[in-house]
Amino acid sequence: MGSDCSSSCDQEFHVLAVDDSLVDRKVIERLLKISSCKVTAVESGSRALQCLGLDGERNSVEFDEMKVNLIMTDYSMPGMTGYELLKKIKGSSKFREIPVVIMSSENVLARIDRCLEEGAKDFLVKPVKLSDVKRLRDFVLGGEENIERKVSHKRKARDEPCSLIPPSTSSLSSLGCDLQKRPKIN
Amino acid sequence: MQRQLANMKQSLFDQLEELQDDANPNFVEEVVTLYYRDSARLVQNIDKALEKNPVDFVKLDSYMHQFKGSSSSIGAKKVKIECTQFREYCRVGNGEGCKKTFQQVKREYATLRKKLEAYFQFARQVGPVEKACRRK
Repeated sequence: MGSDCSSSCDQEFHVLAVDDSLVDRKVIERLLKISSCKVTAVESGSRALQCLGLDGERNSVEFDEMKVNLIMTDYSMPGMTGYELLKKIKGSSKFREIPVVIMSSENVLARIDRCLEEGAKDFLVKPVKLSDVKRLRDFVLGGEENIERKVSHKRKARDEPCSLIPPSTSSLSSLGCDLQKRPKIN
Repeated sequence: MQRQLANMKQSLFDQLEELQDDANPNFVEEVVTLYYRDSARLVQNIDKALEKNPVDFVKLDSYMHQFKGSSSSIGAKKVKIECTQFREYCRVGNGEGCKKTFQQVKREYATLRKKLEAYFQFARQVGPVEKACRRK
């Protein structure tokens, strides 16, 4: 009998997925479950903040401290956009370490730039594929191990270049973008 | 028969069908059902919005964005292409262009629905044998 827990670490990999489209929520939920992730799918940024206990209105005791390993949010949502949600999360001392990935059906360079500059870990062009999810999960899980390894080798290689996001089929590499060289777009 | 079903599936659903397995044999049907409801509502909204005078292009674009999004998620490439065209007309505030293109969107959408219905009818016939043969 298989367990839900990932084999590479003891805890469940929990993803908070945010998307106003019912169809997309269903698909992303399935993608994540197939990839052995625990999923909480919500329809809005404000709902997502509630789940995290960040909304400031409700007593966060109502929701159990939600341990979230990754947040995947749609960009275009009514009310609070994915970008605004990203800013709120990165602006919170408690949650800013959680990697946030933006999903969008539109491949707009300025939008991608803006999100990455605000701290998004990746920008996925919809429809999101199974390979995207698997890569993200491995990256996030691997990242935690990489950090431990880096700390222990800190003395040896101070300026070790760290390329966190492996070359992949993400929209970034498919665009052939080199983040450092691109001029900042306001 | 199974080969035919597999071909239908591939041409229609692209990646969606890889998300279905024995533990979740109705996933595609569930998603498509959601899509039907969602898209029918949006088509209605767009029709109504196009009848208004003056046309609210912001609202129109928002509806179309949603419609295009979910169509794309289920792999409806042709519908998606027409939607993109529609949004171009929206962007420049061309009401006539929008109306004309929307007729094309609806045509592709109707074709899609027919294909989907045919697929599901077929899948139900093939059903249990297909499941047993498919491994995931």
